[in-house]
Amino acid sequence: MNPEIVRVLGYIVAIIAFVALNAAMLVWMERKVAGHIQRRIGPKEVGPFGLLQSFADGIKLMTKQLIVPEGADVPLFKVAPMLVMIPAVMCFVTIPFSEQLAARNINVGLLLIFAIASINVFALLLGGWASHNKYAVISAARAVSQNVAYEIPMLITAITVVMFTGTMNLNEIVMGQAGGFWHWNILPIAKNVGMVVLMPVSFLIFFICSMAETNRAPFDLGEAESELVAGFHTEYAGMGFGLFFLGEYANVFIGCSLAVILFLGGWQCPFGLFPGVHWFLLKVYFLIFVVMWARWTFPRTTFYGLLNLSWKILIPVSLFNLVLTGAFIKVF
Amino acid sequence: MNPPISSAEGLAGLVFLVMLAATGLGALIAVNAERTIRAVAGLALCFVGVAGIYYFLQSPFVALMELLIYVGAVCVVLVFAVMLAEPRPEQQIGKRNAIVGGFSFLSAALLTWGLIALSGGVAWSKAPMRINDGSLRDLGHSLLTNYSMVFELVSVVLLVAIIGSLVLGRAGRSKA
Repeated sequence: MNPEIVRVLGYIVAIIAFVALNAAMLVWMERKVAGHIQRRIGPKEVGPFGLLQSFADGIKLMTKQLIVPEGADVPLFKVAPMLVMIPAVMCFVTIPFSEQLAARNINVGLLLIFAIASINVFALLLGGWASHNKYAVISAARAVSQNVAYEIPMLITAITVVMFTGTMNLNEIVMGQAGGFWHWNILPIAKNVGMVVLMPVSFLIFFICSMAETNRAPFDLGEAESELVAGFHTEYAGMGFGLFFLGEYANVFIGCSLAVILFLGGWQCPFGLFPGVHWFLLKVYFLIFVVMWARWTFPRTTFYGLLNLSWKILIPVSLFNLVLTGAFIKVF
Repeated sequence: MNPPISSAEGLAGLVFLVMLAATGLGALIAVNAERTIRAVAGLALCFVGVAGIYYFLQSPFVALMELLIYVGAVCVVLVFAVMLAEPRPEQQIGKRNAIVGGFSFLSAALLTWGLIALSGGVAWSKAPMRINDGSLRDLGHSLLTNYSMVFELVSVVLLVAIIGSLVLGRAGRSKA
């Protein structure tokens, strides 16, 4: 068989397997973190340390019947969970896990992730609308206004990184941060002293936005159980619901890995030793832990608070940050 | 001379055909769907197909912009508008009259034939400057040098649209 085809098939299988395993492990991790934060111990019955709990849950979800509610738009109702999952898997195409380990090294990789991730919003909207349920429609509308609001500061802060590094190729962005944590984009002491002040601000805005983009607490207004039953996936049973969750965890991974690639040196070691895929995964899972930590520590914000945070604080600050970044790159 | 399906070129050709089919099918759904929301979904499918064709034309940047702007923004706004404006999902556009359908098919066929004849029969003048290969650098340079006026005018149009919608929204609020 043609080696190119084998390579393509290998990456496809590996990425899909990784997305599924990642989601299973993140569900376990989420429950463990939540348990320990709330002075419980979390799942412990199925397998050692409860490690097999998510697999048992997965099998349970797959055995359940897919119920289509009365009055639902059947084709759209069935397509929506797939539309959440497909872009999430596609985003992995350009994420460089290490210097060699990237399915496709595209020159506009950063843009590719933003472009494909934007389909996710459309899928949530279709799923909410097709359910024929007012709670689902309300929460889909909320999720969309939230996503639209937070995409703007996220893109603006991504532009500051692109201006600083001069490339949208994720691989090259990581290459430029080689040689210890003082070269990383979050604190580029070795490259540009002026940016030391601005880059942490960019990182903070980017991280907050990626949390809001993936509908994670404290920004999970799209899924506010106390107000909206369960959110846009209220009517989904079995693996339909399961796919929404797989997609969400894949998106959390993509958001965190983007933050790691742009600001925290990707696969580079903090001390310039043995760079590789292990450093990348270590950093990404640490950021995911921070996301979970935030979820179980902060209460959910109100909807107006959420939109005000984006439109009145994050967008002006990020625009100001963009202008200052341009000036500092010119001056220093 | 067709490459075998198991080779990389053959597979790429297959994906290209899928993209073509998506464009055509999406356009057909967008025109023929009885529910507005399905028409928008068809439009989104059509945009994805067009983005794929742009990718095959060696301009990934344009393809990604197509996805980001048309699927991620335009279609979302359309669905949003339908969700807010169409209270009853059972409200349908309804079947067309057969005679009307025949006439519209005839006029569409005429228009298509006319456009084909026009594109084949007229000696087009060359574009003043060809943007080399649609790469990011060339695109950025041309947008900020030769085409900066057009670029600014487009942003003015957007500004007018935003202000207009704000005015309309404000009028609705004061009446309520």
